[in-house]
Amino acid sequence: MIHQFDTVIVGSGGSGLYAALEASQRSRTAVVSKLYPIRSHTGAAQGGISAALGNTEEDKPEWHAFDTVKGGDYLVDQGAANILAEEAVQAVYDLENRGLPFNRTPEGRIDQRRFGGHTRNFGEAPVRRACYAADRTGHMILQTLYQQCIKNDVAFFDEFQVVDLAMNGDSCQGVVAVELATGEVHIFAAKAVLFATGGFGRMFKVTSNAYANTGDGPAVCARRGIPLEDMEFFQFHPTGIMGLGILITEAVRGEGGILRNRDGERFMERYSPTLLDLAPRDIVARSMLTEVRAGKGIRGDRKIDDYLHLDATHLGKEVLLAKLPDITSFCNTYLGIDPAETPIPVLPTAHYAMGGIPTDVYGRVVRDGQDTVVPGLYAAGECACVSVHGANRLGTNSLLDLVVFGRRAGQHIGDYVKQADAPQLSEAAADPAREWMARLTEGTSEHHGGHISDEMQTVMMEKVGIYRNAADMQTAVDAMQQLRERYRAVRIQDTGKQFNTDLLELIELGNLLDLSLITAASAANRTESRGAHSREDFPERDDDQWLKHTLAYLEGDTVRIDYKPVDTSIWEPKPRTY
Amino acid sequence: MKINLKIQRFNPETDTEPRFQEYSVEIDPNARLLDALMQVKRFQDGSLGFRKSCAHGVCGSDAMRINGKDGLACKTLVKDLATGDGDTITVEPLRYLPVQRDLIVDQSDFFRKYRLIKPYLINDDPVEAGERIQSQEERMVFDDTTNCILCASCYSACPVLGENTAFLGPAAISQAYRFLADTRDQGFAERQPALDDPDGVWPCQNHFKCTKACPRSILITKRINQVKRMLDKAREAESE
Repeated sequence: MIHQFDTVIVGSGGSGLYAALEASQRSRTAVVSKLYPIRSHTGAAQGGISAALGNTEEDKPEWHAFDTVKGGDYLVDQGAANILAEEAVQAVYDLENRGLPFNRTPEGRIDQRRFGGHTRNFGEAPVRRACYAADRTGHMILQTLYQQCIKNDVAFFDEFQVVDLAMNGDSCQGVVAVELATGEVHIFAAKAVLFATGGFGRMFKVTSNAYANTGDGPAVCARRGIPLEDMEFFQFHPTGIMGLGILITEAVRGEGGILRNRDGERFMERYSPTLLDLAPRDIVARSMLTEVRAGKGIRGDRKIDDYLHLDATHLGKEVLLAKLPDITSFCNTYLGIDPAETPIPVLPTAHYAMGGIPTDVYGRVVRDGQDTVVPGLYAAGECACVSVHGANRLGTNSLLDLVVFGRRAGQHIGDYVKQADAPQLSEAAADPAREWMARLTEGTSEHHGGHISDEMQTVMMEKVGIYRNAADMQTAVDAMQQLRERYRAVRIQDTGKQFNTDLLELIELGNLLDLSLITAASAANRTESRGAHSREDFPERDDDQWLKHTLAYLEGDTVRIDYKPVDTSIWEPKPRTY
Repeated sequence: MKINLKIQRFNPETDTEPRFQEYSVEIDPNARLLDALMQVKRFQDGSLGFRKSCAHGVCGSDAMRINGKDGLACKTLVKDLATGDGDTITVEPLRYLPVQRDLIVDQSDFFRKYRLIKPYLINDDPVEAGERIQSQEERMVFDDTTNCILCASCYSACPVLGENTAFLGPAAISQAYRFLADTRDQGFAERQPALDDPDGVWPCQNHFKCTKACPRSILITKRINQVKRMLDKAREAESE
């Protein structure tokens, strides 16, 4: 079946819904999503969305932009960071005006709290910048945007899995998707396509990410010759529930929580004397691993799964109930403990992709180091790389990224589709996707995808994790190439058409394998340490050689690397201390 | 621990009636029921159909009936369902919604009813400066209802829906309360027709099953009664 729209938005999390709200006012817009819209992983974001409102103490967008640049270890494009910080203020007001139930100050204004790496006056001390709705800020953003989409009658195609792009030469003409309920292949012809498919943390063994976070948009782009930017930078959030990886928001530390080792010591005093537990995430995660390796973990056995304590016992039941109720419930459900009485056992968990589909500040996808635009193709949110997060994202800037750049992309699309011609697509546009799926369904195989998935996640966790070295990363590259080879022999067991979730999961696994290979290859290539990319064999940042973005092209079984300059037009890169 | 999973299966392409199929799974008692289902799906039977995503109780995908009670598979631990080797856990799809495949139900009716109550802030007054002012106390009046993840556990738990499938249902009414009780909202008149209807709030008989089932601890029955009182008050005001 062929559908004709002006705009097709793939994904229904924060950036997809915001773009849909904008684009649907001026163009025939469809949202195509493999999940029901309110199931998206934006809803799992907890702590807050930053904006220099200055509601509780003095703050300025300029300070916010600087913190973002420094937090990203100077790999952030500074013009984009400025846009992020400046547009944050109105973005938060817009969300409030549309009904988002923020926590309030005694004066009835939006309350704000501290978060890692957000400071006053260029690093002097932590500042209260994170606007929040208890510890379900992402849930409330997702709900509010979905509610507005209902109000504005946005058209949804729920539970459609996008498997390919329709391209004509270098320009995008639509997408190909499988309808989960029927197994039918649909072609969506569109003047503009926006990918807003979210992250891909499921390539790692321990992750805060949802099962759905399989990087479908970036993987489809990579297979269509579009490079992926800065894929070596993957954030490990310091505080995942030990073993499970479920996120415990940084807001616990923002409200005064403390990380402690087996001696009860507040070890962050040694690593970050100014910001302590509120140092940026890459620094805290490394510090934690260093403690574990030194035998200072709670068990003290130096093993990879030893853990540390996040102590919130001094905050009191009332603060936890009013400001952190969800994580209190998680601790109760999954650990059987009350964080008001018992420290939480935590370990870093794979959390956020700083890299992704390269875009400009209007969400337009670019295909090379000269910022050549792919006509008709846009990306926003975690699947995109603007880049406002550089080598390490600050907490609360992801929700902000969704809202600011989701809106900007939606607005730009509204203008673009007015002058663009409607593409004419035939059923042949779906031939490559049909061939791929036919291969996954024909015949039987002894392999099952589950084992390949397990191996991929284990290798990525152990070899391309928080600390990296050349030998480990080469092992990972080799392993991903072998796993991709084995993947070609896998066949689905489910022979049905309707709700064939077996097929869906194998498609997702194929996407993750492609992205794992690109991630490992990009990481092995960068011979320095910067932000979340931390190499034991190259421990220093090397601005002379490496102050540049990676562009990784998937070419068959190999990855070709190119580069793109970083916008450092405002602040000169400096050593990064906190 | 070795448990038996007794799962209701239904494939519309090959089955005329739902049937049960049993799987034996070796699993840590501290694991989630979802982990057990994933073990079956990934290593035993790829054809088993169920929805899932966040795996920690915030996305609402994996609501199902677990040993006869409605809830999320990712927020229910194996040890709370089985005490020893060989114990059986029975898993079925949610009630009152058509089964599309195995544990997957068609939620169209649930979301259609949600849309009926106009689930968005209604207020066309221009905002003077930045944000609307609301005290923390005013916000806390409807705080619990903002937890809703639209998982439909309450819908499946409601005995009234078993007799009257046209009933608006607990989730939609508690979400109506979420806006009606918000000091920034002015949408009472617009929502009144859907709520003050024979199939609106009135069929609720205070069974409290919804409140007990809610994985997000929303006081749903209480909120339904508050909406009833709002409607009564409006009727009184009209008749005066």
